[in-house]
Amino acid sequence: MRIIDLSLFELVDAIKRGDAKKGEVLAAYRRQIADHDCVLKAFLTLNEDACSTASGVLEGAPIAIKDAICTRGLRTTCASKILANYVPPYDATVVKRLKEEGAAIIGKTNLDEFAMGSSTENSAVCPSRNPWDTERVPGGSSGGSAVAVSAREAVAALGSDTGGSVRCPSSFCGTVGLKPTYGLLSRYGLVAFANSLEQIGPVTRDVRDCALIMSVMVGRDGFDETSLDAGKEDYLACLDRDVKGMKIGVPKDFLGEGTEEGVAKEVWKCVNILEKLGASWEEAELPTLKYSLPAYYIIAMSEASSNLARYDGIRYGVRQEDEGMDWSTSYSKTRGAGFGPEVKRRIILGTFALSAGYYEGYYLKALKVRTLIIKDFERLFKKYDVLVGPTMPSTAFRIGEKVEDPVAMYRSDIDTVPINLANIPALSLPCGFSNGLPVGLQIMGPPLSEGKIFTVAHSVEEELGLDLRPPVARG
Amino acid sequence: MASETVIIGLEVHVQLTSLKTKLFCGCSSDYRDKEPNSNVCVICLGHPGSLPNPNKKAVEYAVMTGLALNSEVSERTMFYRKNYFYVDMSKNFQISMYETGGTRTICKGGYLDINVGPKRKRIRLTRMQLEEDPARLVHIGPIDLSPYTLVDYNRAGMALLEIVSEPDMASPKEARLYLQKMRSILEHIGAFDGGLEGAMRCDANISIKGSNRVEIKNISSFKEVEKALNFEISRQRGALGRGEKIVRETRHWDEIRKVTISLREKEEEHDYRYFPEQDIVPLEISREMVADVGRRMPELPDARAERFSKEYGIPAYDAQVLTGEKALADFFESSAKLSGEPKVVSNWIMGDLLGVLHERDLDLKESKISPESITSMIKMINEGTISGKIGKIILPEMVTSGKMPQEIVKERGMERIADRCSIQDVVAEVFTENAKAVNDALRDEEAANFLIGQVMRKTRGRCDPQIVNETVRERIKRMREEEKEKTGF
Repeated sequence: MRIIDLSLFELVDAIKRGDAKKGEVLAAYRRQIADHDCVLKAFLTLNEDACSTASGVLEGAPIAIKDAICTRGLRTTCASKILANYVPPYDATVVKRLKEEGAAIIGKTNLDEFAMGSSTENSAVCPSRNPWDTERVPGGSSGGSAVAVSAREAVAALGSDTGGSVRCPSSFCGTVGLKPTYGLLSRYGLVAFANSLEQIGPVTRDVRDCALIMSVMVGRDGFDETSLDAGKEDYLACLDRDVKGMKIGVPKDFLGEGTEEGVAKEVWKCVNILEKLGASWEEAELPTLKYSLPAYYIIAMSEASSNLARYDGIRYGVRQEDEGMDWSTSYSKTRGAGFGPEVKRRIILGTFALSAGYYEGYYLKALKVRTLIIKDFERLFKKYDVLVGPTMPSTAFRIGEKVEDPVAMYRSDIDTVPINLANIPALSLPCGFSNGLPVGLQIMGPPLSEGKIFTVAHSVEEELGLDLRPPVARG
Repeated sequence: MASETVIIGLEVHVQLTSLKTKLFCGCSSDYRDKEPNSNVCVICLGHPGSLPNPNKKAVEYAVMTGLALNSEVSERTMFYRKNYFYVDMSKNFQISMYETGGTRTICKGGYLDINVGPKRKRIRLTRMQLEEDPARLVHIGPIDLSPYTLVDYNRAGMALLEIVSEPDMASPKEARLYLQKMRSILEHIGAFDGGLEGAMRCDANISIKGSNRVEIKNISSFKEVEKALNFEISRQRGALGRGEKIVRETRHWDEIRKVTISLREKEEEHDYRYFPEQDIVPLEISREMVADVGRRMPELPDARAERFSKEYGIPAYDAQVLTGEKALADFFESSAKLSGEPKVVSNWIMGDLLGVLHERDLDLKESKISPESITSMIKMINEGTISGKIGKIILPEMVTSGKMPQEIVKERGMERIADRCSIQDVVAEVFTENAKAVNDALRDEEAANFLIGQVMRKTRGRCDPQIVNETVRERIKRMREEEKEKTGF
């Protein structure tokens, strides 16, 4: 077996046992990147100085980091021209924790500019390509992370999920992606797009790897007021539990019109597996689902308009030539040239939604809808341990297919955004293929139910036993 | 035209300089006199990915200030983002508080009493809020002529307590008194050091009744507020006198040229697009915490003035003046205890020291006089080592140099000449030098005063005037008797 085919868990084990050397591991991954990334474009920056300096549970593991998460001394651009030269003087808390357990940061991965998008086509550098079909998008916004993990260019990766940005590309690329409970992971060092919605989340080859990397990152961080002091659950132990007696809800709203038949088929297959394993299920209703998309975009854009105001070229980042200009002209020039069209669209719409006279009708209304959605989920979680449905209504679409139609692009987030609005965790598990493209099963639970989600996901994963290597990873 | 009603309201920004760190990061609050942009971190510079980390002690100071100013402390409050682009903002929004339907700032309402002459006047407060200080902008010369702006983020993120008053002040003097009182209260609480440059700044809203309101920004102290408002009133009166209309606008107080300049704001009202700062969890302020802070409340200026009056037997007015600044009240109290003569100390402070400070435009804190030195001086006067007049002469040097009175008196040769022999010698000299005046004095008792004056002058006031008086008159008496004997009359 090749080094790059080992899962994170297996790789660290091999290194600990002395079966693999850290240097060989890095070299193997770099070779894979050299061979394939010219086409796949998963990475924006490779870390020439990558090394594993600590001996912990991630010793020697080459991990890729979405380029919206700060890495000390390693360029962090958010795939935006405006931060093209930004080198953070600090590590995000989660990155620090990974390093402390021996992870080697192999590079920074591509994304939709400032994590705004669902296809990675909004990257100001170039789009990433889906390893299963390079004419298709890998999903977004953490597209580069999912591509890197799927194509064996990294053993695991971090993404960030504001409205589905970890789960969507995981679904499209056949990786495991988790959006944790809001506050479970520190956001310190995650470049903010919509701060009340987003969480950092891992992208891995399997559920065990996800549980392992999560167990390293959780825990209260004094630098993030919203981070939770959640009791450290033994996530790896959760993998050995079974689903017998669990109650599963299948909200039919997730499988209605607009969901591809091939996707629905794979989801139902998983429901049957769960039933076979001793869980019971029934159809459930989530009537607020239809309001979640507009509410999500209003809140996300409003927050973005404020979060992205700091990019003015004064303290860091790319500043346009401004000799002899007053400051406001300089700001306009820098921001006009530095931001791409989707980012500008969201800043403008968000500014509008927060403006006097519109605030009540848009932003405040969206917050009320958010409360309704939270309550709707709470109601379901009184009856069910977890909910399942598709992560995405379709498999990966073609590059260029939706890029001219932002609303069609936004609509593809229909099944992922309610999770962020409700602050709850959800995991996307590769559960089959439709026309040769991966399909993701979304497993959703109440706040801090990551352990239970791992139990369900791992049970289904074992039953399915899928080969998730895309053509480029088959040697 | 001179008697129109003037309406003034103030927004005071107090830096909580007693906190060790800034409001949302671990940078030192002691940013003054540091190399520009050296007291900064990723949080106060607004780097991508950084998050605010609120200083809990700031909340405590805000609660204590609220209690001291008779405000209602909110049970629940939260931070908001005030969105606007400006060069002094590292994130292009300011983390502040906001009052809206559902939310309150940290304190609401309240009042503060000032003494306008013999009258007490109540100035009502609207609200108080915690917010972050922006960076400091440095211009080359006046703001409107500077070819560029330099930004120093050392100050960015300092904890500010904004205290907004109702438009209850009717003159620039009342505005000054209000700020002085506020400063004294906050100093007594221990929230800030009013002597630090820029630790208390304010924006003033002023209108002449019937005209538009004008906002004046960048007023850096209570000394400046009176000047700025006086200028603005004259400017507005002048404009009204010429039949012009007062434009509703924001003006900048230029401390160097002592004028307000229009910042030519295009829009009448900014739309700050306030919305909740969700990186910080809402603050729940328990009633237990408020009660606890209340129990730890130190003595405030009004109570202290009352105590001074009772305990030290000084007039109420003097007690108010002395407690108008914490440093002054402390100075008085230490000196009073040290000397055991509170009334004398009070008289020296009220009658002389404050005048010296005022002439030199100094705060007591900037001066070098100590309770020890003023007490020594009083002791020297009591013991007759120097006269009261010499005391008045050396006081300015005590203020500027910090030297003890003994040292100054010695250096300047000012010890009182009290032995009669020495005085007699001087008197003899004066009599020789002023033969004509002596002649006059022999005939006219009143003319002796001239000779006494000459003696005092020659000794620069060091002689005990009583002894000089006696010596001169005795000598004249003796001369007259001698003359009588000579002439046989």
